[in-house]
Amino acid sequence: MLRMKLDSHSRSFWNRIHCDGTLLLGLLVLMVVGLATIYSAGGQDIALIQRQCTRLALALGVMLVVAQIPPMAYQKLSVYFYVIGIAMLIAVLVVGVSSKGAQRWLDLGFFRFQPSEIMKLAVPMMVAWYISRFNLPPRTWHILIGFVLVAIPTLLIARQPDLGTSLLIACSGVFALFLAGMSWRFISFVAVAASAFTPIMWIFLMQDYQKQRVLTFLNPESDPLGSGYHIIQSQIAIGSGGAQGKGWLQGTQSQLEFLPERHTDFIFAVFSEEFGFWGVVGLLAIYAFIVMRGMLIAVKAQDAFSKILAGSITLTFFVYVFVNMGMVSGILPVVGVPLPLVSYGGTSMVTLLAGFGILMAISTQRRIVSRE
Amino acid sequence: MPSPRILIKDHSAEANLFARRTFIGLLVVFVMIAMVLTNLYYLQISRFEDYQTRADGNRIKVLPVAPNRGLIYDRNGILLAENRPVFSLQVIPEEIDDLELTINTLSILLDIDKEDVSDFYRDLKGTRRFKPVNLINRLKPKEVALFSAQQHKYPGISVEARLARYYPYGSALTHVIGYVAKINKKDLQKLSEAGFEANYAATYDIGKRGIEKYHEEKLHGKVGFQEVEVNNQGRIIRILDFSPPAPGQDIVLNIDMELQQEAEKAFAGMKGSVVAIDPRDGGVLALYSSPSYDPNLFVHGISSKNYKKLLTTDRPLFNRATQGQYPPASTVKPLLALTGLEAKVITPESRIYDVGKYKLKNVEREWRDHNPWGHGWVDVTKAIEVSCDIFFYDLAYKLGIDRISESMYEFGFGDYTGIDLHEEADGIMPSRGIVKALFNLPWYIGDTINIGIGQSYWTATPVQLTQSIVTLVNRGRRIIPQIIRGNMQKDKVVVQAIKERRPIAIKDEHNWDIVLDAMYGTVNRKGSARNAFKGTNYTSAGKTGTAQLVSIAADEKYDASKLSKKNHDNAMYVGYAPYDKPQIVLSVVLENAGHGGAQAAPIARKMMDNYFKDQTFPEHQVIEYLGQELEELKLTQTELKPVVAQP
Repeated sequence: MLRMKLDSHSRSFWNRIHCDGTLLLGLLVLMVVGLATIYSAGGQDIALIQRQCTRLALALGVMLVVAQIPPMAYQKLSVYFYVIGIAMLIAVLVVGVSSKGAQRWLDLGFFRFQPSEIMKLAVPMMVAWYISRFNLPPRTWHILIGFVLVAIPTLLIARQPDLGTSLLIACSGVFALFLAGMSWRFISFVAVAASAFTPIMWIFLMQDYQKQRVLTFLNPESDPLGSGYHIIQSQIAIGSGGAQGKGWLQGTQSQLEFLPERHTDFIFAVFSEEFGFWGVVGLLAIYAFIVMRGMLIAVKAQDAFSKILAGSITLTFFVYVFVNMGMVSGILPVVGVPLPLVSYGGTSMVTLLAGFGILMAISTQRRIVSRE
Repeated sequence: MPSPRILIKDHSAEANLFARRTFIGLLVVFVMIAMVLTNLYYLQISRFEDYQTRADGNRIKVLPVAPNRGLIYDRNGILLAENRPVFSLQVIPEEIDDLELTINTLSILLDIDKEDVSDFYRDLKGTRRFKPVNLINRLKPKEVALFSAQQHKYPGISVEARLARYYPYGSALTHVIGYVAKINKKDLQKLSEAGFEANYAATYDIGKRGIEKYHEEKLHGKVGFQEVEVNNQGRIIRILDFSPPAPGQDIVLNIDMELQQEAEKAFAGMKGSVVAIDPRDGGVLALYSSPSYDPNLFVHGISSKNYKKLLTTDRPLFNRATQGQYPPASTVKPLLALTGLEAKVITPESRIYDVGKYKLKNVEREWRDHNPWGHGWVDVTKAIEVSCDIFFYDLAYKLGIDRISESMYEFGFGDYTGIDLHEEADGIMPSRGIVKALFNLPWYIGDTINIGIGQSYWTATPVQLTQSIVTLVNRGRRIIPQIIRGNMQKDKVVVQAIKERRPIAIKDEHNWDIVLDAMYGTVNRKGSARNAFKGTNYTSAGKTGTAQLVSIAADEKYDASKLSKKNHDNAMYVGYAPYDKPQIVLSVVLENAGHGGAQAAPIARKMMDNYFKDQTFPEHQVIEYLGQELEELKLTQTELKPVVAQP
């Protein structure tokens, strides 16, 4: 109903500033939920909220700026983005700054950033650009080249090592190929190949700490005070929330600091503890709303590039949600993925909203020759 | 490469394909949402109670609160063991910037030795930074005052008080009350085996010896609990619930503190023990083992220097009254006489002519009396009064070891008395079987002869000796000695019931009269203790004993100057008073002191004088011996030969 209202009353205004009001509404609701939960998880620290608000404002600003650029421009820039991104990933491996045992940062003197963030958008763009040049569904040959385009940054990021991000970036590329119409035969082939690849990855690619995470995930009680502690405490927080939750600011696991990484990666546990099962249902409904809006934008998009890109960004967004929730509730291993738009933190938020900016650009900037 | 751009694109086919794929993508999204919700449903709905319990387990900690230990009083309400606050200096590390500097400044004000500091740094490592760590375990009262005045200068440092045991009478009561000390690993193991671990969760000390150990369960009380909410660091956020501990039971002992102190005074410097029991209820009036030591030394952990001092040859840690196993010597003669009379081996009129020697037919060896010239005609009464050895050699020979052993076992020899102390030995009441078992030796007839004067393998503890006389004066009623009198409840003593064993069956009351009269004669007529009890306002009865610790060859004479001190005879005395209605039975053992009548009886006298100082008794006329005069029968010189056993 609200969406209808927005649509009927101010379509012209939202269109003029190239902002998808419906999508924005979903994002804003999510941000408010996030701020409330951060306030609770961070020990009612107002300074924390102020910093998060600043970040959100900055990210929303970036989103609006990105939304002003016509989708055609993205299509043209895709290759440059991709190539520059790859170059920076190589640079990171050579001259990058180490932190916590991984080399992910590039120091440009005045500021530091992670090139992998660029790739989160550059990879789906590149794949969408490449694949949309041909008639869809794509041929096996094109799909294979698409996989190579995905594999190069994936492996580079995995070398940093940052397995979580590399897998998510791979996902975004594969989603683009899937949406483009990759044949089911090929999909089954990839599934088989991936399962065959798993032991190879375990032996040759994964670091000890990554293996440990997986083992801990499989049996967290084996090390309840060590690496299993996060998962156990997180499950206790979620489970003890029950159906109704303990109430905002009332979660004992979070308020008494039994829960680690409360306001960042494990914020979903705080939310679940304080708002209960029904709160989680509500939160998932907001995410589902955003995803559905994103998919609608994709379906309505005018050209293949836009369709594929919008669909891939939306699906990847949900994969972030799923991976975070799965990790926090113990059905996936612990990978450092924040809960999109709810977790406290900056870098990934900007990338995320830039992605939504592209969605808005696709949604609001239509060429005159529209079939609609 | 062909031109990448294919000019004619089938837009509607592409759109359809894309719509299908989008739909599948959305489907996958919903499947993932379903997965998350299923898992969340499992965690939050199905297993809610389990996780709620675990969350509470995280945040709610139950802290035990130690109960106050029960107090100990003597029978007249004198406090014997109390709880006094002790002060320790505690440091909360996180509240102090420079620990070393703070300790250095503190050491100007207070007495901190190097050991304190090294212990502090050791404890610091294993403790959370907001939890207090002891720097000084025991602050002197002066130091408490000194520090309290300057406390504002030392944030994060505080004086903490807890209650610890204090024994105001020190060494006078050590072997009765024992002491408490810090619970050690062994105690913990025992507590957990008994299932009492939880009750001791907050307790610092536990009874290690004496009454403190024996009545530990009574004295300890029940632990209380404080339910608190803590954060992940263990810091207490708030108190949720408090159930106070139940303090330990206050108990009253049968001990008469004045009498106990008299014992300490009487023993000054000498080794030995005294045990005084009220024969009417088995209450232990006094129990003193000399030398003793200050139990307060142990309460706060004894220093190795002080402990070494206690490991001397005099063995102050050893409770002679209950653990010392001595040959009972002549003190058991009345009991042997009773056994002989009851077995009809002798009659009150049986007599022997004692020339100081005793022989068995066909046996080379001669047994001698302590009086080398003998006592002349001796019947059972005179034999007890003058402690004639020859009479009892003959009696023992006639009774045989089996009958003696059985009878003496009934009087409590060779078994624990059941006194409420864990530090008790059972002594040896020899029999053929026991000697075989303990020493792997056959029983010789000579052993039986020596049993007649309480020697041979026979050993008894002073508390056993006292108990045997209690049984005698109670005419076979066997009351178990008890130190504890009862519980103190609201200023009233709830006296515990008398504990008894199966009484000794009496065959002829007159036999008991004969023996008790002979003990009266020992003190009041021409007996061996007559000098010690001259002029008392009460009448007492008793028996002396002089225990030989090394065997003297038949042709040798006991000469104390030739023997090292530790081989000198033990002086012993058992006695009771008043004669007609006994209120106190006691035994005195003086190690390596010589003769019982001369050395031990005077201590018994002092004890009895003290005990009866507030009582008056009617004027007493000496009861004359009623039997026939022995001197009437004259013997010719040729008849003067050793008493020879008549088979």
